Amino acid sequence: MSEAVVQRLREHFGEKILESSSFRGDEEVTVDKASYAEVIRFLRDDPETAMDLFGDLTAVDWPEREGPRFDVVVFLRSIEKRHRIRVRVRVADGESVPTLTDIYAGANWAERECFDMFGIRFDGHPDLRRILLYDEFEGHPLRKDYPIDRAQPLVEYREVSDIEKLPPFGIEQGQPFARVDWEARLAGRNKQVSPSLGVHQGQRRMLSDSEIARAERERLKRETPAADAEGSSDGAK
Amino acid sequence: MGEMTLSQGGEGFFTTRFDELLRWARRYSLFQYPFSTACCAMEFFGTASPKYDIARFGAEAPRFSPRQSDVLWVVGTISQRQGPVLKRIYEQMADPKWVIAFGTCASCGGFYDNYATIPGIDKVIPTDVYIPGCPPRPEAVLDGLMLLMKKIETGDREPRVVPPREIPQLAQLRYGRDADKPEGAK
Amino acid sequence: MEPLDEILETTNDLLELPAEPMRLVMGPSHPAMHGTIRMVLDLKGEEILDVDVQPGYLHRGFEKSCERGTWQQVFPYTDRLNYVSPILNNIGYALAVEKLCEIEVPIRGQYYRVVLGELARIADHLVSNGAASMEVGAFTPLLWLLKAREWVFDVLEAETGARVTHSFGRIGGMAMPPTPNFKENVRAILPKVLETVQEVEDLLVPNRIFMDRTQGVGGISKERALQYGLTGPCLRAAGVPYDVRKDNPYLVYDRFEFEVPIGEDGDAWDRFSVRLEEIRQSARIIEQALEQMPDSGPVSVDDPRVMLPEKNEVYTTIEATIAHFKLVMEGFKPPPGEVYSFTEAGNGELGFYIISDGSGTPYRVRVRPPCFYNLHACREMLIGGNIADIIPTFGTINMIGGECDR
Ligand code: SF4
Repeated sequence: MSEAVVQRLREHFGEKILESSSFRGDEEVTVDKASYAEVIRFLRDDPETAMDLFGDLTAVDWPEREGPRFDVVVFLRSIEKRHRIRVRVRVADGESVPTLTDIYAGANWAERECFDMFGIRFDGHPDLRRILLYDEFEGHPLRKDYPIDRAQPLVEYREVSDIEKLPPFGIEQGQPFARVDWEARLAGRNKQVSPSLGVHQGQRRMLSDSEIARAERERLKRETPAADAEGSSDGAK
Repeated sequence: MGEMTLSQGGEGFFTTRFDELLRWARRYSLFQYPFSTACCAMEFFGTASPKYDIARFGAEAPRFSPRQSDVLWVVGTISQRQGPVLKRIYEQMADPKWVIAFGTCASCGGFYDNYATIPGIDKVIPTDVYIPGCPPRPEAVLDGLMLLMKKIETGDREPRVVPPREIPQLAQLRYGRDADKPEGAK
Repeated sequence: MEPLDEILETTNDLLELPAEPMRLVMGPSHPAMHGTIRMVLDLKGEEILDVDVQPGYLHRGFEKSCERGTWQQVFPYTDRLNYVSPILNNIGYALAVEKLCEIEVPIRGQYYRVVLGELARIADHLVSNGAASMEVGAFTPLLWLLKAREWVFDVLEAETGARVTHSFGRIGGMAMPPTPNFKENVRAILPKVLETVQEVEDLLVPNRIFMDRTQGVGGISKERALQYGLTGPCLRAAGVPYDVRKDNPYLVYDRFEFEVPIGEDGDAWDRFSVRLEEIRQSARIIEQALEQMPDSGPVSVDDPRVMLPEKNEVYTTIEATIAHFKLVMEGFKPPPGEVYSFTEAGNGELGFYIISDGSGTPYRVRVRPPCFYNLHACREMLIGGNIADIIPTFGTINMIGGECDR
């Protein structure tokens, strides 16, 4: 259904459409950066394409690829013609892309999010701030080289020693595992962390939760016999 | 109020008994501040809904100002961005105050083990009761509330986890799947 | 004359409030807003001159978290996107991966998905309408609608084992076949739910206060709505009959008769009414689906590369044990490629843009969050209105933090 759109774009823009592909019924065109905004505007205004609904705008990071690192991807849909298209433009790290805010109002937040998550700048955007994260955040989390567990707290954590947590939520809680170690992979070492050895920081939880809970209940029973007597009668009800 | 009449006695006697009276009164009139952020709020609604009816425990009245409330329910994930907000709300509450961590995310970060979330609110504020579950069932929430009440009554400030509840009758309620039928595949 | 009146009379003009813009910050923890969000308002008296809506307080790194597990392990995260109707997200994600792998779910499974999905949609609209009415001061409807939601939850719990976060979808089907009395259970609750909805409608729709608070409040025109990428009930309230279930039927939605309710001005009242009507249409779909749904047959594809083998086989045969082990430890591997698949979720078009590099871990999972875009248009809806209009506008947009901020 959407081949007509691709056809129409090819007719109109010729060389400026770098690539087009169709996979599982999704049509996609890759355009060069200079004509990107023009193509989108054409898609909206041309009566044959009539893309009136702004679908989505996002980016993908390909750090291992030769050439520009990021893809900015725009999804458009026509309500009336019932077709849709995906437009892709390649951007190198540090480069900026023309904004779409004057074509689709909805692009405003989408571009802000894209900037927030990938650090891609949009030329002419009226208000390019972070949107999901906070201003103090450094780096862009959806880049592949941003380690998933690097948190940047805004408040100081309390001293660990005065967190008297009980075992189910012990100090070493959580299951920090990453199947793909991107840092190592980008440095050219050790492509994939074996999931069965897994868990490259070590599986910290040994007992199953219920076992811990049982051990905990027993400990409670030993320590506070009075409180527990009531607790167990609750449970039996 | 036996305590009140008895409290005409010696001075030391008065204070201890009065303490107890106060605790007893606090226990049954908890004003809550629901700091609901995420999915757990659905079960918080559920607990307040007619079926589970948290009002039976005298803890139904939400105060939408932290200054007027006794219990802070932290319902849902606290992201790093929300940390300062949470801390400020806690500091605005007047003593005595209690904090309930509702759900796994509030207790330990849950499976959002990444750059965006705080691994448990106790990294930021002291917490009294943890209710595990993602989200906890309303029954567990009520258990947590009762646990808090017990703690208030005994004056115990140790953090406590709501223990799992074993309901033998539940086994009878399990539904059979039609995998048992000859026709049914997986 | 009282002294105060005297002062008032003589200094009347001095008591005028200053007219220059006043800055007011609402949120991030405001009692009348479900979800945490911050609004910075520039006010002239009661009138809103400008508003800066700041989402992001519930950013939990959904997209990053998806990149470190297997494809199957994304399901629990999708549950917590739009946590009012988790099954719809499960199905949306499952359909995306199935599109990538060209898997077709057996017909019974498709009906099962439709029925569970529509039940979830009913629960979604019940909650969002209830919350919206509570926020404008009508508490009773909330309690009634929550009562109805409990019935829906009872059925969902019997089917999936969980009340809210089901994680019931699987790539290539559902986790379990329907329970033996699935159809009776659903048929038993539908009339009760519809009756409650009717009661709520009788209570609210002729209510003058409710009308005044919502009619003509927070409106948006068709063209602007499309520009902003609004979808779902918010777009339909503005008069565009766009519903993915009709326009791009997925699963078996082309076999049902149902209507797409639309509004006129896109105001809070229209959004509220569209949701009420959609509950009825969902009930219609469920009734038809239950009629047509076969009573036996598989609900999941019979493909050992995709679905886990039966438990009793895992324990008795070595092939099944190995298959189980491989699937759990390495994950299942879709072919490399990228697809965008979209479904109609509670708040609008929920799209999943997934990229596979051929390994057992997703390369990228992007979700198109409908209420992110719905909320974006909020600024335009609010400017020119009064402070009091914020609550009904925001309430009927139905911003769900998990989905908006991910
Ligand atoms: S514990 Fe689970 S349900 Fe509760 S907020 Fe966290 S993810 Fe959501």
